[in-house]
Amino acid sequence: MNSVTKKGIVGRGTREGAALFRDWFQDLTQKAEDDETAAYVFVMGSIAEILRVFDMPMVFPEINSLQTAVRHVADDFLNTAEDYGYSPDICGYVKADFAMQMQNGNHPMGRIPKPGIAVLTNACNTYFKWAEIWERIYDIPMVSIDVPATREAGTRTWPGDEQFEREKKYVKVQLEELIETCEGLTGKKFDVDRLREVLGHANTMSRCWKRVLELNQSSPSLFNALTDGTVYLGMSNVFRGTPEGARFFERLVEEMEYMTANGIGTLTDEKYRLSFIGVPCYPIFRRFNEMFTKWGGSFVMSSYLWFASGGTNIGVQYDLDDPLDSLAEGVLISVRDAMDSMFHPELTVLSQADDFNIDGVVYHPIKSCRTTSAGMADNRRMLMEKSDLPSLFIESDMMDSRVVGEAQMKNRIDAFFEGLASRKARAAVEGGG
Amino acid sequence: MDRPKTLEGWKNQPLEEILWLCQETIEDTEVTTVKRWREAGGKVLGHFQVYFPEEIAHAAGMLPMKMFGASVEPREADSRFGSFLCSILKTNLEQVLSGRVEIDMFVTHPICDAARNLAPIWGRNFDYPCQILYLPQNPNSSHSVQYLKEEYERIQGVIEGVAGRKITKDDLRNSIAVFNKNRALLRKLYAIKRERPWLITINEAYVLVALGGLIPREEHNELLEAVIPLIEKRDAREQDRIRVVFEGGFCEQPPLDMLRTIGRSCYVVDDDLLIGMRYILEDIDAGDNPLEAMAEAYINNSSYSPVQHDLRKPKEKMLRERFENTDAEAVIITAAKMCEPGLEEQVTYTQELEKDDTPYFVSEFEENMSSFDHLEIQLETFVENLMFD
Repeated sequence: MNSVTKKGIVGRGTREGAALFRDWFQDLTQKAEDDETAAYVFVMGSIAEILRVFDMPMVFPEINSLQTAVRHVADDFLNTAEDYGYSPDICGYVKADFAMQMQNGNHPMGRIPKPGIAVLTNACNTYFKWAEIWERIYDIPMVSIDVPATREAGTRTWPGDEQFEREKKYVKVQLEELIETCEGLTGKKFDVDRLREVLGHANTMSRCWKRVLELNQSSPSLFNALTDGTVYLGMSNVFRGTPEGARFFERLVEEMEYMTANGIGTLTDEKYRLSFIGVPCYPIFRRFNEMFTKWGGSFVMSSYLWFASGGTNIGVQYDLDDPLDSLAEGVLISVRDAMDSMFHPELTVLSQADDFNIDGVVYHPIKSCRTTSAGMADNRRMLMEKSDLPSLFIESDMMDSRVVGEAQMKNRIDAFFEGLASRKARAAVEGGG
Repeated sequence: MDRPKTLEGWKNQPLEEILWLCQETIEDTEVTTVKRWREAGGKVLGHFQVYFPEEIAHAAGMLPMKMFGASVEPREADSRFGSFLCSILKTNLEQVLSGRVEIDMFVTHPICDAARNLAPIWGRNFDYPCQILYLPQNPNSSHSVQYLKEEYERIQGVIEGVAGRKITKDDLRNSIAVFNKNRALLRKLYAIKRERPWLITINEAYVLVALGGLIPREEHNELLEAVIPLIEKRDAREQDRIRVVFEGGFCEQPPLDMLRTIGRSCYVVDDDLLIGMRYILEDIDAGDNPLEAMAEAYINNSSYSPVQHDLRKPKEKMLRERFENTDAEAVIITAAKMCEPGLEEQVTYTQELEKDDTPYFVSEFEENMSSFDHLEIQLETFVENLMFD
């Protein structure tokens, strides 16, 4: 660490992540120009580990769609899809992608190649409906990996449990069937040594991702889980199983450890440490965050970083001696964890609230995503029953600016912080007395 | 164990009286039939839409109650949900939170992103088991039948715990026989709709089917066995109405008045209303392993809905088959408000039907909507255009 300077290391992850991301989009654009196809995959269980063995380029339509919102052009895409017949009440990601497909893959960050195969898990049901659209447009194979989720809170199973082993077998057979499809599609034989290599990179990434998230227990926090965290999240998806991805996360851990050792935090003058539940408000991404930071609110944890990384946040490590079996086990554990993070986020928040020194929880249910949002009101009710953590509940969308009421949102956020401030003042008085 | 009947007063009554009783029963927000069952010491398993293997609950001596929404104001349930959600999620929970319905176990399915949230939500509100039955979402995997058999074994274990008794293979065989009979009777009812639709309107057929979700299936069988001959003997003449297929009732149910409105200008010759009760297409041969037979039937001998992905059953092709097999002239494509899978499928269906100019009518509904004037005018215009085209 002696050789690294503060100037060189702090903020490196965000800078390098953004650069790698641009390169990735450029690469996709080149492939589209060359008429190559890509595997269309999703963030919750991309099964990149298998697809990389066959050197398939991957497209993450969720990332493409959210980029249109961040770049303030989503409304045009949504309108195009709605003109075609899609309802205003369905997922905005699906509509933006559909519109992009209708426009020959043209995207604000480049051009997206057409799909040659769609691979999905059941972590989100909309994945099925979405992939069925490509299946119809392009007549491509659509391979689903069904991962049985936790059936009831507190009944999760683990390796060695009879139920877990049965379900692992189901996942493993499906992975083998995916391999067969990939072999047919690419004409390449499955190479188990290449899988080992990919799993090795994925292991590094998962281990480091878990560590990065843990390190944000530091005070002041090292990164904003809503903004910086989203950059890291993109890296964890797009570069999973690659040497670049593994190296990025190793360097990110180095950066975070340097910051914590030197007492360096984010630019926010941190007064309140917050947990975020849900998907960010991409149409006003920066301003949304500023509504919190101006009060000294900093997001130190986010359920988005758990589920949208496909559950890799828990750091599952593959056994390279038994790669396929271990991959099935890892997919079952990780994707299931991603689902639990959407359905029971309060359990993780409650178990980690002290470690992260949380002052409040922000729930952000969105119209587009029933998976993450349908249970949030009840989840908040339970959080309030089990703890005295203050919470805020603001509804909007991750794509559709028409349902983002910025003024009303700001009023509620301001009121939330006023409540936090008076609570802190009261606690100080009571503590002093 | 012999229990008193949950539904009395229909025997030896004229058809119109029986249909009225059925309608009253399914519109009874207190669900008196289920109350009677509980008062007699019975236990109830409430299951969300679309398909649940009710035979397993039945084999344990429980009443499987199909929770298909209700005409209630979600006063308490509203605070458990956010906006932008379909109504059925809220009204089902309201039934239980308000004490109108008491159940001993709740089961939902991974049919959509909202429904999957129900097990966590119910689980935070009630102490009894609130489970997801994980019906396979990759029915095309060679391992799906085996997986589903094991999932049925798992849920059987939970049900046994609630019922307080073991389920034997003979219990399951007996239950499968009861449900085979029920499905056969429903097929017969639908054959009448298809072949002589003037004998029974869509709303009348609907109440007859829906009733089965709220009473023991033996009672339902008995009633259908009595009613179907009465329908066949009904003094009704064919009228000048168009034959339509109704699509969009697989989960949340359209209000009866909406169905009545449609029935005034159309013969609905087939539909997907409460399709879960008719999901298995033929008798299940229970054989040596009844749960495996049930799993096999679900995977390989079942209907379709927007919430089951199966490469062998593209929804637009399935709708096309339904349309052609019933000699229909048009399709009514509906979706419940805020129902994401239903709304997405509307686009698929309309694209398919436009390929050969098959007439279609698109609409949305909510289970508790009460005004249909607009719908009636639009539908009449649609029908007139077809008739005088």
